[in-house]
Parts: sequence; structure tokens; C-alpha cells
Amino acid sequence: MKKLNLLLTLIMLTVIACQSDSQDEKTVSQVKTEESGVSDQELSHLSIYHLPSEWTTHHNEQIKLEDLKGKALVMVMIYTSCKSACPRLVANMKDIKSRLPEDKLDQLQLVLVSIDPEVDTPERLKEFAIENEMNEAPWLFLRSSESNTREFAAVLAVKYKRISPIDFSHSNIISVFNHKGELVHQKDGLGVNNQETIDAIIDII
Amino acid sequence: MTSVKFIVSFSFVLSLFSCFQLRAQEQNEQMAFIERGSFTPLYGAKNQSVDVDDFYMDIYPVTNADFLEFVVENPKWRASQVPAIFAESKYLSHWKSDLEIGDELMNTQAVTMISWFAAKNYCEARGKRLPTVDEWEYVAMADQKVRDAREKESYNQLILSWYEEPQSFKKPIGSTFKNYWGVYDLHGLVWEWTADFNSILITGESRKDVDKDIKQFCGSAAVTATDLMNYAAFMRYAFRGSLEANYTIRNQGFRCVKDVSLEPKK
Repeated sequence: MKKLNLLLTLIMLTVIACQSDSQDEKTVSQVKTEESGVSDQELSHLSIYHLPSEWTTHHNEQIKLEDLKGKALVMVMIYTSCKSACPRLVANMKDIKSRLPEDKLDQLQLVLVSIDPEVDTPERLKEFAIENEMNEAPWLFLRSSESNTREFAAVLAVKYKRISPIDFSHSNIISVFNHKGELVHQKDGLGVNNQETIDAIIDII
Repeated sequence: MTSVKFIVSFSFVLSLFSCFQLRAQEQNEQMAFIERGSFTPLYGAKNQSVDVDDFYMDIYPVTNADFLEFVVENPKWRASQVPAIFAESKYLSHWKSDLEIGDELMNTQAVTMISWFAAKNYCEARGKRLPTVDEWEYVAMADQKVRDAREKESYNQLILSWYEEPQSFKKPIGSTFKNYWGVYDLHGLVWEWTADFNSILITGESRKDVDKDIKQFCGSAAVTATDLMNYAAFMRYAFRGSLEANYTIRNQGFRCVKDVSLEPKK
């Protein structure tokens, strides 16, 4: 799909380069119809599933965010070499999970997205998952390119910056998305109480 | 004299011959080469200087006319079709309709009311990308004569006087000075989106900065202003820090950059 998009873009660029060439004009209208057909009418306007980016899981599988559609998502951005806030964020995520009804966990995906894709290879994420007993569903670790990660952070309103070769300064936000991919709850900071987040999750599962 | 005419018309025909070539030329004319270097930005990695690699930068901000071309080609970025997660409802609301700007004066004005997502996708559709904050600041610290004019009082005053000027977004592109690199309008027309605007860890509210947000930001104590005197730069960083990626603002535009490695060697 990505390749197709690239191809379409290339075709369009070619067309722009030679606007006077009538043969190509046909291609323009073809491209246009195809493109408008692509836009998924059923997808909510506020859905994160509009993001086209591809991600690698800690099981080394390639997925798109859209593949998570249908489940409620609890998402947080971390990096595994983090020593200060991230362990607390991870602990918060585990606390949230432990306080949710067991039989509803299959309707849920708890997602940790790396802001340091360079260091956090799928192997590294796997190790981290095992160390923290987060290797099995509903846990999911994701990494992607730097640009896709930046875009994802933009959607979550998460800010981050590399402040030394191994450290990042970053916002600590836990976000909850409903099964349509709409943001329904965000909790700033490293609060000790996860009750609000838990209530928001229970509301949608 | 006739021979000159002949040469001129001959080369004209030649350049028409290959429209690709013409296109490539146009593109180069619209971008300036920025030579690599290092500098210490206002908010850096622990007050260290950062390195910026060679790149090309658009000489002018993207105009309404440029952006219209993009939405004609990409229906999903038209005002009526863009999903709210990518742009607020005000997106392109200063245009007459989806495919009509509606005011000829606006054709040569920088496009504004566009979100970060829209700007990013525009650049990508042109084989370019948004500049990083560091790249943007690196080029923007130049005045007409030198690469780094940040210490000059006149330079800072010029920028600050723009910040006070109302509706500067109505000026046509190219109406401010051409800087050391040959780039126009970095100061004086509109604010500009950057690829990693969301790397600025300050909020719009100063009370929050010293209090609550320490909790929110891991390592926030390590980020300090290296140059508090540089009030103009502080304004830009604070503004970026207050943005969200689907915001559409009347005086916020953008321009694109391109890596040098993508360029065929001359």
C-alpha cells in the first residue's frame, strides 16, 4: 500500500512536471478517483487509524495501527533505557491492568511505544517485555521510524527531545482510545492514582 | 545583437524540450543551499552546540497558490475532507471554498491556517520534508551579511518589531530581507511549522513551568535556556511549545527543506 502511494505520488509529480502533456491528464483524473475512493467513510474523523504508519512489535511483526482496530487501547510513550520517569509509567500501566476485570482484558490492548527507535530494536523491546513480565497479550510494544514516531507523538500531544546520547526529556501521558480509535481520556503526569484512567477504560469495554 | 537573440531563443526552446529538466531547474532556483555548521540553540541538549548537516531550504514560505495545487492533487487534504485528527475545523477557512482561494492578493501570501500534518504531507508530496527546529533556527540566525547575527542588537530589534506588527501575514512572500543564505521571510511574515515542534518542553503558562509540569516531563530540569537575553528566540520556542499538531493558526505557515544526498551531483 505504501509502495502504491509512493507510485501514485510519483505519477502525480511527473504529471505536474509536464502539465501541458495531455496524455498524462487522464492519469490525473484516474489518480483522483482512486484517492477519493481510498478515504474510508466509516472511519471516525478523530480516529488515530487515519495514521498510515507501519510499526514493528516486540514479536518482530509488522503492523499498522489500523490492525488494532476493534479493541480499546491504552497507550504510553517510553524508552527502555530510561531510569527516571519511565519505570513509574510502566508501573502505572501494570497497576491499571491489575485493576481491570480479568474477563474483559481480551477487549483491550496495552501499548508501549518507543520514542527511541534507534536503541529500542524489536529484540531489545522483547527483552524489556520479558524482564517486566509484559511479553504476553494484552501487552504490546511498538517501534517505527523517527518520523513516524514524531507523528504519533503529535497525535497524542506527547512531547519529547533527546537531551543526551542516552536520555530523553518527555511528557508522561497515558492515553485511552476507544474501539474506533478516538481519544477518550488522557492523564498527565506521574500521578499515584490511576483511578480516572481505569474508570475511562471500564466505560468503553 | 541578433546572435544574442538567437542564442536566447535557442536555449529557451532547448529548455522547453525537456520539461523534467525545466522542473528540476525551477526547484533548485526556489531552494537555497545551506552549508553544514554548528551552533548553540536556545534550548539545546544540555547547553551543547548542535550540528546541522548540509541541506536545501525553500527560499520562500509555501504560498496559498502552491497549497491550492497540492489540494487539487490530494483531495483528502481539502478543507471539506480532512479528518479532524489531522486539522481543526478552521483549516483553510480563509479560502472561499475547497478549491478556490477567492482573493487574488492571497495567491502570493504565505499559506496559513494549515496544520502540522498538512504541512508535513505537502512537503513529502514534493519529495521534501519539514525542517527540524535546529535547522530552522540555524538558517534564521543569519541576517543579510553574517551566518550568526544573534548578538547584533539591530537584528533582534528587527525581529521583535515584527512580533508587534499586526497582520504581517498579509504581506506577499519575498517582502522581507534576503538573508546570508539567500532565504527570505524567516522573520517578518508568519511563524513556521517545524518537523519536531513537539520537542519543546515548555508550556504557554509560566506558572505551570515552574510547578506542575516538572512532574509531567522526565528530565525537564536539565533543559534550560542558554541565552535568556535572546528574547526573540524565546518567543519562538514558547510559541512552538504551545502548539498541537492539528492546530490551524492565521499567522502560522511553513516551508520545506531537502537533504543534499537526494540531489543528483552536479
